[in-house]
Amino acid sequence: MSLAARHLEANGIATIVCGSARDIVEQAGVPRFLFTDFPLGNPMGKPYDVAMQRAITALAIDLLESVTCPRTTVQAPFTWGDDAWRAEYMRVDESNLEGLRRAGERRRARQARARHEGRVRSS
Amino acid sequence: MSQQEPTPTDAAYRVFVSYIDKSRIFYQAQGYERPYRWAYNADSPFTPPAKPLGETRLGLVTTALSLDVADDVDVATLPVESAYAAPLDPPPQRLYTMNRSWDKKATHTNDLDSFFPIHRLQELVAAGRLGSISPRFYGIPNEYSQRTTREVDAPQILEYLRHDGVDVALLVPL
Repeated sequence: MSLAARHLEANGIATIVCGSARDIVEQAGVPRFLFTDFPLGNPMGKPYDVAMQRAITALAIDLLESVTCPRTTVQAPFTWGDDAWRAEYMRVDESNLEGLRRAGERRRARQARARHEGRVRSS
Repeated sequence: MSQQEPTPTDAAYRVFVSYIDKSRIFYQAQGYERPYRWAYNADSPFTPPAKPLGETRLGLVTTALSLDVADDVDVATLPVESAYAAPLDPPPQRLYTMNRSWDKKATHTNDLDSFFPIHRLQELVAAGRLGSISPRFYGIPNEYSQRTTREVDAPQILEYLRHDGVDVALLVPL
């Protein structure tokens, strides 16, 4: 997504990226980035919280106008509340190592099957 | 929780989540030997909007899929992905997101506007803050190959936006 923003911007279309994976977007280098420090999935505001969504969307649009130099990150002024998700997401510890190893084997088998059956992109 | 384990907001550690670190460790534990090399650019292009926002047409770009399938569909039956454009009139009732790496324990994507803010954008048009929204929205795959994103998908999105007279774009990855 960040690479698409860069391509559009280089071709005359001003862009704003709204996301929650701060390091990935900042490392890719985008013109304007609105960072919402939430679990991945709701960068435009919590589900059904219309007031929050309204504030984040309006801020994103404002940034199209107000940002004056590239690689500008602004953090949305909201917190998720509970912070347990930070450690839980993609958690790896001794209790799940064996399960992850087996999940990896299943995933590679699925990927091999998809390649074999031509269910992959040709480009 | 062991003594070595930081609490989620222990300020002796970085508080915001590094997904580059998390995914490297996670896929290594799954037996992938070569870590993913994320896109890294030291610079960025920059184009100020050409017109006041009140006269501007906005395009909304998502990584969700315009597919009306059940959440528990076998992903092996999904069509091979490519960049797409789909009508916004009327807006989609739902988008398919289950094949994306959002945090399925902590949250959900049942409210479209939490990641595809079409109704919030329509409010900004009604208020005169934005000129209009493109009649179509746009989807881009989460592609492993950065070359494919740069050389195939991003140019395709640009072509769609130009065809639809879009001036500015809001891109929301899940």
